[in-house]
Amino acid sequence: MLTGAAAFVSSFLIVAMLLGLFVYAYPAIRFNGLGFFTSIVWNIGNQYGSGATVTHNGYSAEPGASFGGLVFIAGTLLTSVLAMIIAVPFSILVALAIVYRLPAKVKPLANAVVELMAGVPSVVYGLWGMVVVVPFIGSVVAPFAHDHLGIIPFLGGATESGNGLLAATIILAIMVATTRDSLQAQSKSIYEASLALGSTTWQAVTRAVLPSVRGGLGASILLSFGRALGETMAVLMICGSAINTLPNTIFSPVNTIAAVIVSQLESALTDASGMAQHSLGELALALFLITLLVNGVARVILRGAPHAGVIG
Amino acid sequence: MIAASAARRRRASAIVSQAWWSASVAALGLTVVILAAIFGFVGVRGAGGLSVKLFTTVTSGIAGGLANAIAGTLLLVAIGLAIAAILGIGTAMWVVEFAPPWAARTVRFTIDVLAGVPSIVVGYFLYVALVEGLGWGFSLIAGALALAILVLPYVERSADVALSGVPRDLREGSVALGARPAVTIFKIDVPYALPGILTGMLVAIGIGLGETAPLIYTAGWSNYMPSLAPIHSPVGYLTYVVWTFISQPFAASHRLAYAAALLLMIFVFVTNLLARSFVEYRLGHHRGR
Repeated sequence: MLTGAAAFVSSFLIVAMLLGLFVYAYPAIRFNGLGFFTSIVWNIGNQYGSGATVTHNGYSAEPGASFGGLVFIAGTLLTSVLAMIIAVPFSILVALAIVYRLPAKVKPLANAVVELMAGVPSVVYGLWGMVVVVPFIGSVVAPFAHDHLGIIPFLGGATESGNGLLAATIILAIMVATTRDSLQAQSKSIYEASLALGSTTWQAVTRAVLPSVRGGLGASILLSFGRALGETMAVLMICGSAINTLPNTIFSPVNTIAAVIVSQLESALTDASGMAQHSLGELALALFLITLLVNGVARVILRGAPHAGVIG
Repeated sequence: MIAASAARRRRASAIVSQAWWSASVAALGLTVVILAAIFGFVGVRGAGGLSVKLFTTVTSGIAGGLANAIAGTLLLVAIGLAIAAILGIGTAMWVVEFAPPWAARTVRFTIDVLAGVPSIVVGYFLYVALVEGLGWGFSLIAGALALAILVLPYVERSADVALSGVPRDLREGSVALGARPAVTIFKIDVPYALPGILTGMLVAIGIGLGETAPLIYTAGWSNYMPSLAPIHSPVGYLTYVVWTFISQPFAASHRLAYAAALLLMIFVFVTNLLARSFVEYRLGHHRGR
C-alpha cells in the first residue's frame, strides 16, 4: 500500500536523523569527551600546520583545537528559560482576555492577530529586534537597570541582549493559541459553578478553570519551550554571538546551539581535520536530544488532557 | 462587625478581580501593538525599496534587485510543498482509512515528534547527508527537501483532522453502494475534506516562505536566477537577503533587506488571509449541512 509507505516516512526520518547525526558526530564525541559539556573554549585550532596535532581517544584535530559546548548549551537554556518566564504569564493573560473578555464579534479579529503573529518569519522578528529592540534595551533599559537595580544579581550589566524578550515574542503566539484552545475546550460549567459559589470572575478563572486545564497548559508550555530551544534566526541576529565567555547578566552577549551552528559554518569548513564540523554535528545532536525530551514529556502530558489544537 | 468585614473583603476581591482583568486586556492590547509595530516598521522601511527593478533584476553583490531571491523562494516552496503534500495527504488517508489502531497511534506520534524537531537540526542533517554525504552541493532539491520535512507535520495533521471529520454515514453509504475504497476516498472523503486540507497547505506555505536557517545549509545562496538544475546549483531566497544584507554597512543593501522583509510579510499576510477564508468557507459548509 503506497499511502502506508508514506505514513512511515516520518518514523524513518526521525530514526535516520538520530542515527545520521550520531555517526557523523561520533569522532567529535570521542575527541571532546566530557569537555564538550564543561569547557567554554571553542577554537578550531591552528590551521597552518605548525605544532603538534591534538589527539584524544584516537581522534585528532589541529594544534590548540578545543570544542567546548558549554557556552552554547548554557546560552540555549538561559535564553529559553528567560523567554518562558516572560511569555507564560503574559500569554495566559492574553488567552484569558480573548476567551472571557472579548465580545463574540471581536474574537475572530483577535484570533487573526494571533495567527498572523505566529506566521511572521523569524528572520523578520530578528530584523525588528536588531534595529529596534536591542538598541532600545542597550540605550534605555540596561543602563537604567545598571544604575538603579545594580544590587540585584544578574541585572547589573550594561551590554545588550534582547534575546529572551524576542524569543518570548516569537513563542507568544503559539502559547496564546494553545492556551486559548484548552480554555475553550473546557466546559463552561466549572466557571459558572465557581461564580455560583460566590467567587469573583477572576477567582473563578484562576482557582477553578486554570487548575482544571493544567494538563493542556503544561503541555503547551513545554511545546513552546521546545520551540524556543530551537529558535535560530531571530536569536542569531541579536544575541551578540558570544564565544568563549559565559553571560554574567541578562544583558550580556550570549550564544545558542542553533545560532552557533549557523554562524560557525564557514569557520568550521576551514578546519582541515574536519573536527569542527563533527563538533557542530555533536551540537546539533545535543539540541535534537534536548528537544526530543521536552516534546516527549509534553506529548505524554497531552495524551491525558483535552486536545490542544493543531498548532504547535 | 463580621458582616462589615465580609463586605469589605468582597469589595477588595472585586477590585482585585477588576485589576487583573484590566491587566489581561492590556496584555492583549500590547500584543496587537507589537504586531502592528512590526508591520509598520517593515512597511515603512521596506516601501522605499519597492520598484519595478526589484522584480526584474538579480542581486549583484550587495545591491541590484531581488528577482533571483523571489524566484528561488517560490520554487523552493512549490517543490517542498508538492513533496510534503504527497507524503502528508497519503499518510493522513492511510491513518484515517486503513491503519490498524496501533499503527495510527505510532504514525501520529512520530508526526508530532517531527513537528518538534528544530529546523536547524533538519538543515544540518540534510547538509551532512545530502550536501556533503551524497555530494549534491548546495542545491534546489536539498533545500526543497528541507522545507518538505519541516512542513510535512502541518500538512499531515490538518489533512488528518479534515479526513477524520468526514461523517461516517456518508462514507458507509458509499461503501454500501459498492464503491471501492479508492473511489470512496476520492469521491467522498477528499471533496468533503478539501477546505481543511487546503488550509493546512496554506499554513505550510507560510512556514516555508519564512524559513531561513535550514536553507542556509541546503540551498546555499546564489546571485543568479535559479537554474532548475536539481543538484550542484545553489539557489537564492528572500530570507537570506534579510539576514545577510542588513549586516552590510551600505544603505543599498539595507534597502534590499527591508524590501525582502516587506515582500515576505506580504506573502505571509496573503496566505493567512486565504487560509482564514477557507476556514470560514468550511464553517459555512458544515453549518449548511
